[in-house]
Amino acid sequence: MDLITLSIMLLKIIVVFIAMLLGVAYLTWLERKVLGHMQVRYGPMRVGWHGLLQPIADGIKLFFKEDIVVANANKVIYVLAPFVVTVCAFASFAVVPFGNELTIFGQTIPLRIADVNIGILYIFALSSLSVYGLTFAGWSSNNKYALMGGLRASAQMISYELPAGLSIIGVLMLTGSLSMVEIVNAQKDLWFIIKQPLGFILFLICSVAECNRTPFDLPEAESELVAGFHVEYSSMKFALFFLAEYAHMIVMASLVTTLFLGGWHLPFIDISSLHPTTLIGQLVVSLLPICVFGVKVFCFLFFLIWLRATYPRLRYDQLMKFGWKVLFPLALFNIVLTAILQIFNLL
Amino acid sequence: MEAILFYGLAAIMVVSSLMVILRKNPVHSALFLVLTFLCLAVLYLLLNAQFIAAIQVIVYAGAIMVLFIFVIMLLNLESEVASKSSHGLQKFWAMAISIVLAISFVSIMTVRVFTGGKGDFSPEAVNAAGNSEVIGRLLFTEFLLPFEITSVLLLAAIIGAIVLAKKKL
Repeated sequence: MDLITLSIMLLKIIVVFIAMLLGVAYLTWLERKVLGHMQVRYGPMRVGWHGLLQPIADGIKLFFKEDIVVANANKVIYVLAPFVVTVCAFASFAVVPFGNELTIFGQTIPLRIADVNIGILYIFALSSLSVYGLTFAGWSSNNKYALMGGLRASAQMISYELPAGLSIIGVLMLTGSLSMVEIVNAQKDLWFIIKQPLGFILFLICSVAECNRTPFDLPEAESELVAGFHVEYSSMKFALFFLAEYAHMIVMASLVTTLFLGGWHLPFIDISSLHPTTLIGQLVVSLLPICVFGVKVFCFLFFLIWLRATYPRLRYDQLMKFGWKVLFPLALFNIVLTAILQIFNLL
Repeated sequence: MEAILFYGLAAIMVVSSLMVILRKNPVHSALFLVLTFLCLAVLYLLLNAQFIAAIQVIVYAGAIMVLFIFVIMLLNLESEVASKSSHGLQKFWAMAISIVLAISFVSIMTVRVFTGGKGDFSPEAVNAAGNSEVIGRLLFTEFLLPFEITSVLLLAAIIGAIVLAKKKL
């Protein structure tokens, strides 16, 4: 690997990381704003124009808060837990293809950090590891509510990871590959949401549950568990949990976009077949896929916030029953259905 | 580079697997076991076996160990209670078995030098076809019988678990 490719690689990682951080910061702002307007109030208005600087103010505030480690906590695990969650959430984005190619100064840069041939499994592996963070945060704080939250988090993540994994098998059968880039390329003509409507709905529900969002936000149900697994955390450790949760939302949004909504592809227009000669044209063709991807991710994030404003929380037994008795059989049915349709060349 | 990574990982694995049995706190033991599994996954990556590495993390580190920890946390074993429960006879047998195991392990390692088998599946060939494709093809052709037997075994285990867990059938 020569110096130029190495520096491009590093640059990509830094840019993606900063974009994720900014995305997370403004996702909190978006959530407060959208929730506010849905509840006929304004949301944050004081800091900056329509509260646009609110996330930065919040960040500074959290930095200067007192960092408390509870006396009876298991110190090492207590400190480790928020880092595990954050690292897993941010590292997942490494295999997401957020654009096609950037052609600039004669260099062609593929717009993804890594194209691993098991990309989708990589994301699932990291998200199954992030359960540890939540569980250990709950256990190590030595608090009843936190422990309940941690237990709920691990039970919920395990139960919903299974239908999530099974619901994307239809997509993998249509693509014939586990690589995220291949999955996006396979959707050039027709998005998988049309070929796999059942798989899409199942994965959508599971991804909401994986993000611990309403109506599946039992691990941090504030009206019964105070705040769930992070009840004893303060200052930056608390902020890390928040960062991880919103980063996880962004990763899930990009996963839904990549798997079912065609990734960076526009409907009816094939961006990758355009070859403009002018520099500006080339730049537009390179940056357009990123914008398309961003818009799709934004739509999913808005959908998550919308859900939070609309639905009440499920009861715990309802959550488990729904996962195992509804989603799981339906996911299996989707696999069989896809296989049959594929044998008769109907897909 | 690969050698440095290998020795580093191997050292971490040996230390953490020792910690699994040396720690009094069951949660710490479980955590060190997770660390061992993760290092093993990276070793698979070094051998160009990405699929196995991912499955190692998803199944062992991500699912099985989470359930272990789930149970430990639910029971909330105090470290003293846990250490008291191991009595003399258990210690004796544990020592005897591990000595036999150590002797057989050392003798096998000194008698024969293990080298990788030479076949059609060099790292280049596997990467060209795709990791999961090669494994899938092998599972459903050459190793179909063991694969199916394993699935029947798992089915039996599932039914057994349901029978054990259900109070009345």
